[in-house]
Amino acid sequence: MKFKGYRRPDGKIGIRNHVLILPCSLCASETARFISSQVPGSVYIPNQGGCAIVKADLEITLKVLSGFAANPNVYGTVVVGNTCEIVQADLLVGRIKELTNKPVEKVVIRDAGGTIKAAELGVKYAMQMSIEASKCVKEEADISELILATECGGSDPTSGLAANPTLGYVSDKLVSLGGISILSETSELVGTEDILAPRCKDEKTAERLLEIIKNNEEYFEKAGESLRDGNPSTGNKEGGLTTLEEKSLGCIHKAGYSTIMKVYDYGEQIDTNEKGLVVMDTPGQDVASVAAMAAGGAQIVIFTTGRGTPTGSGIVPVIKITGNAETAELMADNIDFDASAIIGGKSSIEEKGEELFELMLQIADGRKSKAEALGFNDMSMARKCNFC
Amino acid sequence: MYNCVVINPNDTAGTLTTDVLAGDTVNYNINGKDYSLKAEEKIKIFHKIALKDIKKGDVIIKYGCKIGYATEDIKKGAHIHTHNLDSKMTN
Repeated sequence: MKFKGYRRPDGKIGIRNHVLILPCSLCASETARFISSQVPGSVYIPNQGGCAIVKADLEITLKVLSGFAANPNVYGTVVVGNTCEIVQADLLVGRIKELTNKPVEKVVIRDAGGTIKAAELGVKYAMQMSIEASKCVKEEADISELILATECGGSDPTSGLAANPTLGYVSDKLVSLGGISILSETSELVGTEDILAPRCKDEKTAERLLEIIKNNEEYFEKAGESLRDGNPSTGNKEGGLTTLEEKSLGCIHKAGYSTIMKVYDYGEQIDTNEKGLVVMDTPGQDVASVAAMAAGGAQIVIFTTGRGTPTGSGIVPVIKITGNAETAELMADNIDFDASAIIGGKSSIEEKGEELFELMLQIADGRKSKAEALGFNDMSMARKCNFC
Repeated sequence: MYNCVVINPNDTAGTLTTDVLAGDTVNYNINGKDYSLKAEEKIKIFHKIALKDIKKGDVIIKYGCKIGYATEDIKKGAHIHTHNLDSKMTN
């Protein structure tokens, strides 16, 4: 099975051809937006971090930002720095160059002489990249080169019954065809340890998986909070969920039944040679989770929802699916795929799964998802500590 | 009309997609084959129903996986929830 994409000089294949305007910090974000607004088709990422952060968070930020630039959906990147932030432009450019040989340029606002002069330079770089990017011709690639990120948010009782099993079918099919699928959201794996550990490829992988779940629980305990207390919530129980295992199973079902081959840190580069289902250690917050998987190299996201959510990503197309017929109708602007026919027994998981797989291929080939058509570039990043 | 979803053929708990009353027929489909049973009691939409007789201490299966243990004998067609299902095995 094939899809069409852009072959990058580093060998990877992208399904979009973005020129990325990438601010090093919150202080450079507005100038980056200003530059992007002058170059049609370029994308910029609002960056809330990058300064007043501890060392561990510097590492996370560098990983995510350089990962965005290295994402195969990106043609090239213009890094925009202020002057005094912790994520220095040179530092970020260096990290990008460690990951990829794609085009990268840098503008520092103070060095350029303020926002207007920085924008002049930034627009010049971005415009040139935009022309070069437009010369790229799509080529056929095997489906095994596709990395799918799975995500769920705004869940309701239909998520575990229709939307997540449908995505699970797509994930298993992609894995069987030699591709990579990523399961994320560590906080939602709590309670599924006994189920997931035996599904790991070997003991080492299982140990690592149990470790990220344990670390996640302990992190909250240190702050005096608990992920298990009151979970499932009163509302969950009212809705029919009884145990934490049951709730978490509904969530992990979006990754199907495949063997877990590897466990990655937040935003870590996905090894394209290690095929199959993998896990990434991300928080349950949808946007920060999608950001990490995009930084890891996922080219496409399928996102299940019950209540509906509009979020998208500047780097990767996000496909929204729901099992809730009312949500599909009320939020038709935001929902790409309606799997609710499964609930009434009018369709099966397999039938909807095949349709969703076909939609994924169409979107890989260039059809826009709803969030893309709306131009959404939601951005959030996980942090170890509060801002200093 | 189907009014129950069973995700995995090994499941012992199904999820209702309508409210049911005692004596109502519950219909579901697994891999193209139709099944039905009688609801033993009133059960709300999206709550679980026992697809077979379950003994106290037995694991209860949904998604093809264990979601906990039966804390009492559960009759086919009965409501499965916090009163008869728990994460931990109890004596």
